[in-house]
Amino acid sequence: MDENVTAIKGTSLWRDAWKRLLKNRLAVFGLVMLIIIALFVIIGPLVLFWATGITADEIPANGDLIKSFPPSRLHWMGTDEAGRDQFARVLQGGRISLMVGIISTIVSLVVGVSYGAIAGFLGGRIDNVMMRIVDMIYAIPYILIVIVLLSVFGGQNTPSWIKYLSETIGGSGNQGLSQIFLLFFALGLVSWLTMARVVRGQVLSLKNQEFVMAARATGVSTFGIIFRHLVPNTLGPVIVYATLTVPSVMLTEAFLSYLGLGVQAPFASWGSLAADGVKNIAIFPWQLLFPGLTMALTLFSLNFLGDGLRDALDPQTRKF
Amino acid sequence: MNQQNGSILSVKDLRTYFATEDGVVKAVDGITFELTKGETLGIVGESGSGKSVTNLSVMRLIPEPPGQIAGGRIVFDGIDVLGLSIEKVRDLRGRRIAMIFQDPMTSLNPFLKISTQLTEVTRLHLNHNEQQARAHAIKMLKLVGISDAEDRMDSYPHEFSGGMRQRVMIAMALSCDPELLIADEPTTALDVTIQAQILELIKDLKARMGTSVILITHDLGVVAGMTDKIIVMYAGKVFEQAPTKELFATPANPYTKGLLKSVPDPAHEEGKELYQIPGLPPDVAHLPPGCPFAERCYRAEDICRREFPPFVEINSDHHSLCHFAQEVYAESIKENEVLHV
Repeated sequence: MDENVTAIKGTSLWRDAWKRLLKNRLAVFGLVMLIIIALFVIIGPLVLFWATGITADEIPANGDLIKSFPPSRLHWMGTDEAGRDQFARVLQGGRISLMVGIISTIVSLVVGVSYGAIAGFLGGRIDNVMMRIVDMIYAIPYILIVIVLLSVFGGQNTPSWIKYLSETIGGSGNQGLSQIFLLFFALGLVSWLTMARVVRGQVLSLKNQEFVMAARATGVSTFGIIFRHLVPNTLGPVIVYATLTVPSVMLTEAFLSYLGLGVQAPFASWGSLAADGVKNIAIFPWQLLFPGLTMALTLFSLNFLGDGLRDALDPQTRKF
Repeated sequence: MNQQNGSILSVKDLRTYFATEDGVVKAVDGITFELTKGETLGIVGESGSGKSVTNLSVMRLIPEPPGQIAGGRIVFDGIDVLGLSIEKVRDLRGRRIAMIFQDPMTSLNPFLKISTQLTEVTRLHLNHNEQQARAHAIKMLKLVGISDAEDRMDSYPHEFSGGMRQRVMIAMALSCDPELLIADEPTTALDVTIQAQILELIKDLKARMGTSVILITHDLGVVAGMTDKIIVMYAGKVFEQAPTKELFATPANPYTKGLLKSVPDPAHEEGKELYQIPGLPPDVAHLPPGCPFAERCYRAEDICRREFPPFVEINSDHHSLCHFAQEVYAESIKENEVLHV
């Protein structure tokens, strides 16, 4: 056959998108910053302890009346009310904040993508009912839903599977940790709505394409068509939207922690650290400044990366 | 028509209707045909004549709603297809009845590697594990003439040309060694040179694997060398049905004659305009009471516009839907004699 002269090494759409992403300076900045922040947050506390012996929970035993010190060579971000090292606290809090952002986004991803894809593909009355439910949930302020979920299922009423999950991962008897896990799911369960709409729209435009008919003609089931053939085609917008969901979830978590509904002591997140800092803003401004700055930097980076991904994955709609 | 020996597919009085805002469209309205094992059947007709809908009905791929198989029987190898549950139909699709689509550009999933799409079929139907499926896919790709199959397995569809993609589609369709292959205008979207190659490939594989084939096309030139029998469809009805040779030599329907005259002929006089059937196919939602072809027919008379034509038997294999089938047949024989003198 004359048609197949040379085999070209495959360039997938992903590789093209990656190239476009690397040309976007802000996105690369965001990506690099995120990697640095992630490294700091993950291995930072260990390195800090190894180098200086400082931990996030260590309360100095001396009898100073004022335990809050400004940034110094030993305490890069100063110390908090109780004299604990602020830098170590921010790193530790970052773990929780990032985890809330990522795990909640994964929850919203799983729920939103399945829901949207099923509604879009089945269409008709099922689609109508499913999307009206989404509209109804949309109409309720999501923060209200989260607060209700947290107060109904918080404390003694935490569902057993969440307890089980937190105990398997973090050891037993940890009330604060199961509260955090509850937060993951509560936030995930309110942020899937837009994802469902995005995916539904994509699936609606894809489902009448011939390759869907071709897949059916080879005997693939409805489930197989939705999840093996259609969902991969929606990944571009889904990734973009997921990247933008992470910061919004983190912000919500910070807001809840600020209100005292989110992460509870002894755990800390950037939101709860900032809440602690606000009390002393006039005297010890660094207690608010550093958690706030770190969080702002992370959110900026995520948004830059998200915008960059949108341009990279959907070159037709890029507008400069 | 009883379940004869060697019949692979028998369609009887099939009616597939679509509910639209404009009324009920009778896309297929009383189609009957029979396909013997190992035979190739050509279905010819203009766009919208119901050829594709007929075959989508056989595969139970009509979107419901708005579509609906309103009546008739489809028997595939003794199985009543219309009575099957959707799970049982799924076992047939791809396994025993396979389909090739018109546009290879859009009938492969652009986001999945060729290997993923090829192996899915055999893993689904033949319970292959990953290695078996992969080996089988490579074998199939080689069979359809993709030489460096191992290297190209993990390419994406956009890295293939149209002809190559159609080869991949054929490989996928024939993966499970189906008994019936439905090719829905397999060459319409391809270059002329590639068309010939693809047709040759289908013909060759059919002979090797003993598959029965239904070839849908609007191009009489395509079916001429490939088929044993031809059905000419118009406005959802069978207008003429005959063995290929007989249909080309002595058509008994004015519509078939029109189609045959409009095939470009290398011996065609230069400068002379190519024949075309006047007018456009009728709107199937609002068919006139008489013959749907009457408005475009060269020999239509009053009765054609008033009464629906009968399905006239010329001989046991040759039928024509026309008030004047016998007369047209006689005309054709006469013309043939003139040609051969």
